[in-house]
Amino acid sequence: MTEKKQPQRNPVERILRMDRMPHIWCPGCGIGTVVTSFAEALRKEETDLDNIVVVSGIGCTGRVAGYMKLDSFHTTHGRAIPFATGLKLANPKTKIVVFSGDGDIAGIGGNHLIHAARRNMDMLVILVNNFNYAMTGGQVAATTPIDANASTAPFGNFEYPFNLPHLVASAGGTYIARWTALHLRRVTKSIQEALHRRGFSFIEVITPCTTLYARRNRLGDGLNLLKYYYDNSEIQHNADTKDLDITYQGKLIVGKFVDKEKPTFLDAMNQHLSKVLGDKYTPYGEVK
Amino acid sequence: MKKSKADPKGVLTGSHFMDGDYALAEGALAAGCRFFGGYPITPSTETAERFSERIPVVGGVFIQMEDELGSIASLIGAAWGGLKAMTVTSGPGFSLMQENIGLACMLETPLVIANVQRGGPSTGLPTLTSQQDMMQARWGSHGDYEIIALSPDSPQECFDMTIKAFNLSELFRVPVFVMTDECVGHMHEKVVIPPAEEIEIVERKWYKGPKDKYLPYKCDSDGIPFMVKTGQGYRFHITGLTHDERGYPLLNAECQKINVQHLIDKIKNNADKIIEMEEEQIDGAEVIVLSYGITSRVAFRAVQQARKEGIKTGTIRLITVWPFPEKKIEELAKKVKAIVVPEINAGQVFLEVDRCSRNKCKVVSVPHLGGWVHNPDDIFKAIKEAVK
Amino acid sequence: MTEIRFSGYGGQGIIRCALIGGKALSIYGGKFSTMNQSFGPEARGGACSSQLIVSDERVLYPYITRPDILVSMSQEAYEKYQNELKDNGLLITDTDLVKPKTERKNITHYSVPATRFAEELGNRIIANLVMMGFFTAVTKITTPDVMKKALPGLVPDRFLDLNKKAFDKGYEYGLEVLKEKTQ
Ligand SMILES: Cc1ncc(C[n+]2csc(CCOP(=O)(O)OP(=O)(O)O)c2C)c(N)n1
Ligand code: SF4
Ligand SMILES: [Mg+2]
Repeated sequence: MTEKKQPQRNPVERILRMDRMPHIWCPGCGIGTVVTSFAEALRKEETDLDNIVVVSGIGCTGRVAGYMKLDSFHTTHGRAIPFATGLKLANPKTKIVVFSGDGDIAGIGGNHLIHAARRNMDMLVILVNNFNYAMTGGQVAATTPIDANASTAPFGNFEYPFNLPHLVASAGGTYIARWTALHLRRVTKSIQEALHRRGFSFIEVITPCTTLYARRNRLGDGLNLLKYYYDNSEIQHNADTKDLDITYQGKLIVGKFVDKEKPTFLDAMNQHLSKVLGDKYTPYGEVK
Repeated sequence: MKKSKADPKGVLTGSHFMDGDYALAEGALAAGCRFFGGYPITPSTETAERFSERIPVVGGVFIQMEDELGSIASLIGAAWGGLKAMTVTSGPGFSLMQENIGLACMLETPLVIANVQRGGPSTGLPTLTSQQDMMQARWGSHGDYEIIALSPDSPQECFDMTIKAFNLSELFRVPVFVMTDECVGHMHEKVVIPPAEEIEIVERKWYKGPKDKYLPYKCDSDGIPFMVKTGQGYRFHITGLTHDERGYPLLNAECQKINVQHLIDKIKNNADKIIEMEEEQIDGAEVIVLSYGITSRVAFRAVQQARKEGIKTGTIRLITVWPFPEKKIEELAKKVKAIVVPEINAGQVFLEVDRCSRNKCKVVSVPHLGGWVHNPDDIFKAIKEAVK
Repeated sequence: MTEIRFSGYGGQGIIRCALIGGKALSIYGGKFSTMNQSFGPEARGGACSSQLIVSDERVLYPYITRPDILVSMSQEAYEKYQNELKDNGLLITDTDLVKPKTERKNITHYSVPATRFAEELGNRIIANLVMMGFFTAVTKITTPDVMKKALPGLVPDRFLDLNKKAFDKGYEYGLEVLKEKTQ
């Protein structure tokens, strides 16, 4: 519409809150690149931006909601997914995107993650995995590889980390992909695809946290990390999710692992209640 | 304030023999609540069960969340998605909700939480009554904020006050608590549900202006900002961080002062409009029994006995417990010998009465640590002692 | 004000008795009533009880203190609660299921073979309705019509008639028992 008549502006600018720039992220941080991919995906799909809602929890990645010129909610640590669940159920026509960190979604919010996947709640979760709790200063997370150093694992981490695609697949997610900050075009494409899926979509993006994770582990700067991704990542679409463990500076299997269809929470609710209650029941919200 | 009549779809007009838990659900449905997110916990579970049965045919959604952290988060989301939303819980669940109760306050989100109180701390007495969460309702989340809490004394009031709770929550854009208890929750009494056209509903304060001019936290003349829902092109931002009128984070003392002061003032400055109580034989009383919820019914036996013995006894029943009727208590304290405060806890609202009385009269706590209601004799003895 | 305790064992419809009585009296009988049941540890195991308070004024104190009427449909429940019955109170039992040990002198005792009657009508599950009919007759707390009005919604629709029949059976037996007493 009118917005399309402004080709001179950077196309993602109409998706970002330019009045909030500069952003808070460190130089070399990977979060911004994922945001760019997201904005790019929205642009390419010519998505009705009025209909997209972004929900973040708390953390460096949690700040994403604040920079998106969309209906956007910066909530509490771990609760982005249940917040998004309420948003979706109250206003089923909206497309909900949860954008947050590994600690937020898989650590403190892990229970919500598996339950939203189990219900096949219609939302897209973009999880930025920087292998640590960055916002609070680089503490160990549920995603920190064994032997990696963190501020609360000063002798190296000895806890087994989550294999997130496997976790979400086991719980019932219907679209699952993993990429790194190196694979920006792939990330964009995955987001584009997921925007068209109905159900619980999950995209993990491994990104550099230059200031904390990389520095503490002496892994160099953003470029060094991208080089690590380049050298060690391997695209294996449809790989068995149980083979996706991540080891310290080891191989990173990326790709699209799951892409299937299954009734969403609201579909299932409407189908079931219509069957049982018959005429007494009017299907709720927008059914397909 | 925009008022309307209740949507008849949600109103089960007629006389029912119903327990307090069911009446909470019916009150909510009558008030237009169309989203319930909750997690089972005794003695509040019956409310969730009632919702799960009724809401599908009324045109709303029920979801049993994975925990109470999720329940309250889903409510805030649902409210911004445009629906009136409610959950119900008891002590342990109420504790889990506290962080996001703060978020609801900070985001100025209308929603209703009923707490069917049971004995605590911890798992305590799952099936037995208490009023031990009254202070938690007031102060349970971190930071400075104000909420509204109501205290019904019967299934009928569970119905009436849930409607009132929704209306207040929309009016002031604040979470409102219906602080009932196991005794009332599980008690069956007659509940009269009026015809829909007799139920007055406060509408959400929707913003109607130009889309690009919307400021989520710009106050209207009444001190309450306008609300929008998602998916309508406002492209608004909302954050639990300290924020300015645009809803953008602004992390400094000046903005904090404006933001937080507003959360406090919108309730404090309207306290007179919000506070409701029932008084009886206050004039000329030498002692006043101040109570709320089920305890006010129990205390009345003691009051009758005291009157029989010639003690001029007045009563105050708090319907609104928070905000607290500070001025009223201060005035009363100047006129009576003593205020006796029975409650099913170690003395929580007592602390408020004591503070507000400013040492002008004796304030006597009659605690009961939960598991049952007071023995009226204990209250009677306290009255007698107080006027000595 | 009348305080009533219904007691028996789980599955006899003891809670239902108080619900029927409470609903009938408060909605159709022009009275105030408050009904409570035991929750908590007490509610587990054998004895089951429900309470009903009926009054011309609003009921304030929500629990019974000393019942005016004790209905017992099991020996265990009878033994557990018989002491709390008020002097000059009324004890109502199932003839076959409760054998009062030492008759308290200062109470009135009526009994009805509610379970046997229910079995004769085809289902012991409606013994509680026989009991409610009998209870209504001997207490004269309200009319049988008022009581029966409360049944829809509290008993399954398809068993409504059977429940009413059970109620009538108990009620008639109650009238007979009363007649015998006065003769
Ligand atoms: C209830 C609660 N506990 C702890 C915190 C502190 N906290 C803020 S962000 C964060 C970790 C965020 O990690 P992650 O989600 O991985 O985001 P990142 O900063 O790495 O992008 C923590 C622990 C909080 N805000 N709330
Ligand atoms: S601390 Fe790490 S994650 Fe946070 S902004 Fe800096 S580089 Fe990014
Ligand atoms: Mg992280």
